Amino acid sequence: MTTPIQKPPKKNPQIRTVVPTLPPASRSRRALAFTVAAAEGRFALQKCAMCGHIAYPPREACPKCLSMELPWTDVPTGGQLIAETTVQTSINTYFRERTPWRMGTVLLDAGVTVQCHVHGGVLRNGRVRMIARTDKSGKGVMMALPESEGENMADDKQLRELTCDPKHRRVLITDGRHMSALSLAQHLAGAGASIIFVGLAEDWRKPPKQAALEAIPQVEIVPLDITNTTSVTECAGEIGGKVDILINNCEYVRPGGIMGRRDVITAQDEMAVNYFGLMRLMQAFGPAMRGRGADGANSAVAWVNILSVYALSNLPEFGATSASQAAALSLAQCFRGEMAGSGVKVVNAFCGPLDDAWRQPLPPPKVSPEVLARDVLRCLQQGLENITIGDVAHDVRTRWIEDPRVLEKELTQIEGM
Amino acid sequence: MNALVNLATALADGSIETVDLTHTLDPDFPVMILPPEFGQCARFRVEEVSRYDERGPGGYWRNFSCGEHTGTHFDAPIHWISGRDLPNATVDAIAPENFVGPVFVIDCSAESAVDEDYLLSVEAIKIWEKTHGQITENAWVLMRTDWSKRRGAEYLNMREDGAHSPGPSADAVRFLVEERNIRGFGTETVGTDAGQGAHLSPPYPAHYILHGAGRYGLQCLANLDALPPTGAVLICPPLKIKHGSGSPLRVLALVERNSNAG
Repeated sequence: MTTPIQKPPKKNPQIRTVVPTLPPASRSRRALAFTVAAAEGRFALQKCAMCGHIAYPPREACPKCLSMELPWTDVPTGGQLIAETTVQTSINTYFRERTPWRMGTVLLDAGVTVQCHVHGGVLRNGRVRMIARTDKSGKGVMMALPESEGENMADDKQLRELTCDPKHRRVLITDGRHMSALSLAQHLAGAGASIIFVGLAEDWRKPPKQAALEAIPQVEIVPLDITNTTSVTECAGEIGGKVDILINNCEYVRPGGIMGRRDVITAQDEMAVNYFGLMRLMQAFGPAMRGRGADGANSAVAWVNILSVYALSNLPEFGATSASQAAALSLAQCFRGEMAGSGVKVVNAFCGPLDDAWRQPLPPPKVSPEVLARDVLRCLQQGLENITIGDVAHDVRTRWIEDPRVLEKELTQIEGM
Repeated sequence: MNALVNLATALADGSIETVDLTHTLDPDFPVMILPPEFGQCARFRVEEVSRYDERGPGGYWRNFSCGEHTGTHFDAPIHWISGRDLPNATVDAIAPENFVGPVFVIDCSAESAVDEDYLLSVEAIKIWEKTHGQITENAWVLMRTDWSKRRGAEYLNMREDGAHSPGPSADAVRFLVEERNIRGFGTETVGTDAGQGAHLSPPYPAHYILHGAGRYGLQCLANLDALPPTGAVLICPPLKIKHGSGSPLRVLALVERNSNAG
């Protein structure tokens, strides 16, 4: 059992906020594929396509048969801790600030030995379950966890460095009117978030589920309209210093593409929310979060963009909305670059069609608010950076990874999908 | 000449007051809500260009955006389908003398306080005229409801069956246009029609009848309780927008201090 972390005390206003420091960030270009898999929560190593040998650390050619074909492949996560040490000091500032730090050597069931971080609950010479995650440098690392789930396991201080667990953290959900708002708030409250700020635009229009939201003790409704620069700036001025996790669930979605519309007004509205709204949030909340990436047990940890999976490739039925989502995705990439080194993960959650009025004519399966909330929470608790929500999103993204040109052809051909 | 000199003197010595009937253009001020699949009225928005900073060291200025019918605004005849073929039906083509003129204020605040769907009737106008005299030709008529004092969701007063706010009946608008030959009609609510105006006959009678007859509308007015029933002068020039269907504007009234206010 892991000792549960305590609710952090109120911040001492006379002490300088700890500046984020970083674990080693350098990786070879070849090794970045491990980071890409880790960001999705996959444990992948190079596996020789010719002889099946697992290569680690990353290589240019198979050390056994010299084949150049070494695709990154998901491998079994089981293993055994065969050696360990607890580091008491380090010349690296990041680790120096966090010692003692448990590290070890694990013999993977896949046949190679690896150096990794070790969870406090792992028994000496015990069986382990490996995870790959991105660390505060945004680079993939391995950690050995106890084989079976233990009580308060997520509270292990080394594991919590890799995750974005909402426990004891303060979350901002940007759109209280969105169908996902109530489920998100309920899931976050259940996961131990200490405050759940919920943004509400246009209080002159009553939202349908405000009473249910307000019934959650952790929820605080705050005025926030991401199409209004003044509103975003004022909201960030009020609460920006204590937003540890920001979930942007604002979206503007309308059917239609180019020629079925007679004007650009709807497209402007789509961009006003999906692109400019996101940029306003980033400009207002980004700097404070970037400065609080190492601010104790309730440090800033995650920025979650809930994006349409058609940001990856345009769905002409919702063509203009897809275009604005593509713009949002590009902006999120820029934001990742600007937040790099802050210790705050920029999460892109690619979502399939929601089960709402605007997507009513689309065929199932659709994403319910509960599924969206569950998957976002799981993503935060696991510390992932890229997830898909729903079967459609998973399918579209898988096809996009396989070949984006084929996917584009499929989505735009006469037969449709 | 003497009239203008006298007016200027009265304005200077305060015996004629200038009353502002305008709401502040504010991003949080309600706009008309239409069914979501229709085009919507743009909210008022502002972006700062510079504020004595690296974007412009010497100056503070901003870009703003809004619809032609955002905030306190003027409706030109072409705004409604009934007025689309009329001459001079756009804000840029309306002769400027129409923007200054006499104004009559019918106080419906007591009725509106007890009936949020209150409809101003012909009978009520005639009763008002018995006290204050007949509405003269080519004048503005404003319907005072004190609705401008409402805040937040109470202003649109939107429920599942639509908005609930007072306005004129179809017969009342027809009477004002045909029997009193008014120049325009103004309200404190988000439109010249009642919140449930879509269910009257014709739908949105103030829009349909006023604009079909080439008359003008003013809405989202404020401070109508500071105007006397008769004797004030309204000043309401909209922006000169090419082919404009309307425009946000500053609406002022000139009121003699000793007149019978309220």
